[in-house]
Amino acid sequence: MSEAVGESGETSVSTALEGARERRIATGGIELSVAELGDPARPTVLLVHGYPDSKEVWSRVAPLLAERFHVVLYDVRGCGRSTAPQPLRGGYTLEKLTDDFLAVADAVSPDRPVHLVGHDWGSVQSWEFVTVPRTQGRIASFTSMSGPSLDHFGHWIKKRMTRPTPRRAAQLLNQAAKSWYVYMLHTPALPELAWKGPLGKRWPKILERVEKIPAGDYPTASLPTDAAHGAWLYRDNVRTRLRHPRTDAYAHCPVQLITPTGDAFLSERLYDELEQWVPQLTRRTLPAKHWVPRTRPDQLAAWIEEFVTAKDEGDPAKEVAARGRYADRFGGRLVLVTGAASGIGRATAFAFAEAGARVVVVDRDAEGAARTADMARLIGAGAAWAEAVDVADEAAMEKLAEKVAAEYGIVDVLVNNAGIGLSGSFLETTSEDWKKVLDVNLWGVIHGCRIFGRQMAERGQGGHIVNTASAAAYQPSKTLPAYSTSKAAVLMLSECLRAELAGQGIGVTAVCPGLVNTSITTTSHVAGVSPEEEKRRQSKAARLYGIRNYPPEKVADAILRAVVRNQAVVPVTPEARGSRALSRFAPRALRAIARIEPL
Amino acid sequence: MTTAATASTAATRSRRDFSATSADLRGFREVQRLAYACAEAVAGQLKPGVTEREAARMQRRWLRERGVTDWFHLPFAWFGDRTAFVNFRIPLQFFPTDRALEPGMPFILDMAPVYQGYTADIGYSGCLGLSPLHDRLLADLEAHRELLLREVRERRPLREIYEDVERLMVRQGYANRHRAYPFGVIAHKVDRVRQRRWSPTLFGFGTQSLKGLASDALHGHREGWSPLWSPYRFSDHPPQPGLWAVEPHLGFRGVGAKFEEILVVTDSRDPEESAFWLDDDLPHVRRWQEEKAA
Ligand SMILES: NC(=O)c1ccc[n+]([C@@H]2O[C@H](COP(=O)([O-])OP(=O)(O)OC[C@H]3O[C@@H](n4cnc5c(N)ncnc54)[C@H](O)[C@@H]3O)[C@@H](O)[C@H]2O)c1
Repeated sequence: MSEAVGESGETSVSTALEGARERRIATGGIELSVAELGDPARPTVLLVHGYPDSKEVWSRVAPLLAERFHVVLYDVRGCGRSTAPQPLRGGYTLEKLTDDFLAVADAVSPDRPVHLVGHDWGSVQSWEFVTVPRTQGRIASFTSMSGPSLDHFGHWIKKRMTRPTPRRAAQLLNQAAKSWYVYMLHTPALPELAWKGPLGKRWPKILERVEKIPAGDYPTASLPTDAAHGAWLYRDNVRTRLRHPRTDAYAHCPVQLITPTGDAFLSERLYDELEQWVPQLTRRTLPAKHWVPRTRPDQLAAWIEEFVTAKDEGDPAKEVAARGRYADRFGGRLVLVTGAASGIGRATAFAFAEAGARVVVVDRDAEGAARTADMARLIGAGAAWAEAVDVADEAAMEKLAEKVAAEYGIVDVLVNNAGIGLSGSFLETTSEDWKKVLDVNLWGVIHGCRIFGRQMAERGQGGHIVNTASAAAYQPSKTLPAYSTSKAAVLMLSECLRAELAGQGIGVTAVCPGLVNTSITTTSHVAGVSPEEEKRRQSKAARLYGIRNYPPEKVADAILRAVVRNQAVVPVTPEARGSRALSRFAPRALRAIARIEPL
Repeated sequence: MTTAATASTAATRSRRDFSATSADLRGFREVQRLAYACAEAVAGQLKPGVTEREAARMQRRWLRERGVTDWFHLPFAWFGDRTAFVNFRIPLQFFPTDRALEPGMPFILDMAPVYQGYTADIGYSGCLGLSPLHDRLLADLEAHRELLLREVRERRPLREIYEDVERLMVRQGYANRHRAYPFGVIAHKVDRVRQRRWSPTLFGFGTQSLKGLASDALHGHREGWSPLWSPYRFSDHPPQPGLWAVEPHLGFRGVGAKFEEILVVTDSRDPEESAFWLDDDLPHVRRWQEEKAA
């Protein structure tokens, strides 16, 4: 392929795509501006942008992919530095766009199929590429974001119109409401005027405010013309295809579908029946808005890299193996769980592992942590590492964060779970006891949130923090004054942090379990009693918790669900939910329970 | 199988005994080997599509053909996440279903034949195809076999041993799945059974054996012990001499594995003689030895 590179006057473009080599490819009476990054000997990843965008929309993703692949981007006809067809009407049909794609693919990767990635209209076009026969053998894989196949969409609508159950009708209305701009774009001339006038000027600010796209070198100066020309994408295709969708639009290559859950323009329901069109479909979801190439570049690059590598080598061992419930959401993501050598933390690490996450297992019990990491690998974790760290030790936590960032990446989900028990009346509890419990249960959480939360915020690509509080956080009791205080603090800390980080796409959850069958019963200190009495109470508690037998796995499931749904406070176990309700509606009853003699 | 039984080294060792003579031990050993041979034979015939019911029937037929007419309990077969008793609420769920075996699925065969008046109760865990996870569970059972023997020799109360096994399972990252058995037992006593011309079963359990168990329970109740080795107070006593079918059962996220075999407990003062596994030449034990040799 390397000889193909130099043939048509290669120049360097001084755009947002630093170090890219530009060449121009003539096809069908127009000229496309094509940029290349990375080693041309590597598998080719071809990125197709959407509307109203230019290839620079990929400027945060392309460099990440260029470390491993030959990355190729081009401006769609009439956008950026590519020329527009004359006349515009009829110049934007999916057939012509397919011609463009083939011209680029043949020029940059003549003898190997390319891996296609499309966003928005880039994805809509790419669906055409991967479902028409003439491209067969030219595409090795396709990663689609926020752009459905017009044919699939057409069938989706038809099905809901011809057999409108209430649910289907609702889905239809929901999507119809999200498609307002499509109708607007069908009006003649007005959109062009708007884009070349006030809308074009305001657009960057709108993106920043509504779509949370970081300010900077994007969108580029060509925006008003890109947007005006691009209106023809809609006018030339949408009406005809939605009315007469092709019935043979089956994908002839594996497809990875990445769905942002906060997309203002596309309903997630659009993809419900996609399996019938795509024999090899991998689903991914991420909590983000429409412009993921701008807002979540790290995540996209990681998923694209994993998918392309697996499909390029055709190695089944490299295939995505995770089969857990939330594999679409956590596959490949970096999750750090503290206190993961035992109990709830370990079960949580396993649940994330089963969903294909990469897991950092942190505990002061090195042996137990290693065991968790070992088992996590056996059940589908992308990778798993054990780190022996005391969460109460600030310096050690700082060091851990540095190491994790350097070696594994920025944490996507942080679970501050390490905690210790302490029972005994307030007057019997020494200040030493207090210090111990606060050091781990409160300071451990503070260190975790502060150190890893800062990294998350600085990266600016979202994330989630889960803190394990307890039902004791809102259920007073005369036997657990210190423990309950520490957990109440964790609960409030979580609520405050949630408010603070909401604007940055970082969710914060406090989970509040009731009685869960873990080893916490036998490791909890009992203040003010003899060692024998302590031992007796511990085994009594252990037996009680054993009979209650609420498994930590269920808490883990609740934690994953809470992250997916971005819940604020999650009581787990019926008694935890019960006392939460009492704390709101019948606090006096709760206070009465607080006086009950312990075991 | 029977020729192999007589060659066992353990058989020739003299044991000071509670009531079982060495001839008795030989009888128990023989039926235990017969049962494990059955498990291996049936496991070898399992392939995708075979159902639990069919696997149970295969065990029954295999043993009947070799002279088994009575049962402590009829053969069980569990496939897939049923090996870990996922969502088991009532005992009826233990009975074989129409669940079909699929590639990569774990399975457990569990049978308790009575042969010439001697009872065996065994459990055999396998997996259709390669599974590193299942291998790990099987390997991790070894520590439980060692722990059980060690603590029985120390004459620790059964309830405490139960808790130690559970703790070890939790440390290993597993759930204790024998808790799902009736009374949560990790073991129960087995005994000789009088041979009758007609040996009916009740809910899959042989009436003769149930009678034996009931009379033991009555007996034990008066003396402060129980033929069921459970996590409850009635097991708060040192190991009672006799033959115990011990069945630690690990579960991990929809995968279960167990072994079950007879532990002989005597009233000897010599620790080595006070408790020993009836037979060390069993598939799971051989597997551990081979792994170590490899
Ligand atoms: N088990 C329950 O009933 C219950 C109920 C409500 C809340 N919780 C909370 O859930 C969390 C997990 O508890 P569990 O029940 O799984 O207990 P557990 O004892 O089984 O596990 C806690 C883990 O945290 C580790 N740990 C303790 N202090 C640490 C430190 N300073 N640094 C690093 N690791 C440390 C321990 O080594 C252990 O592996 C705790 O915060 C606990 O307070 C438990």
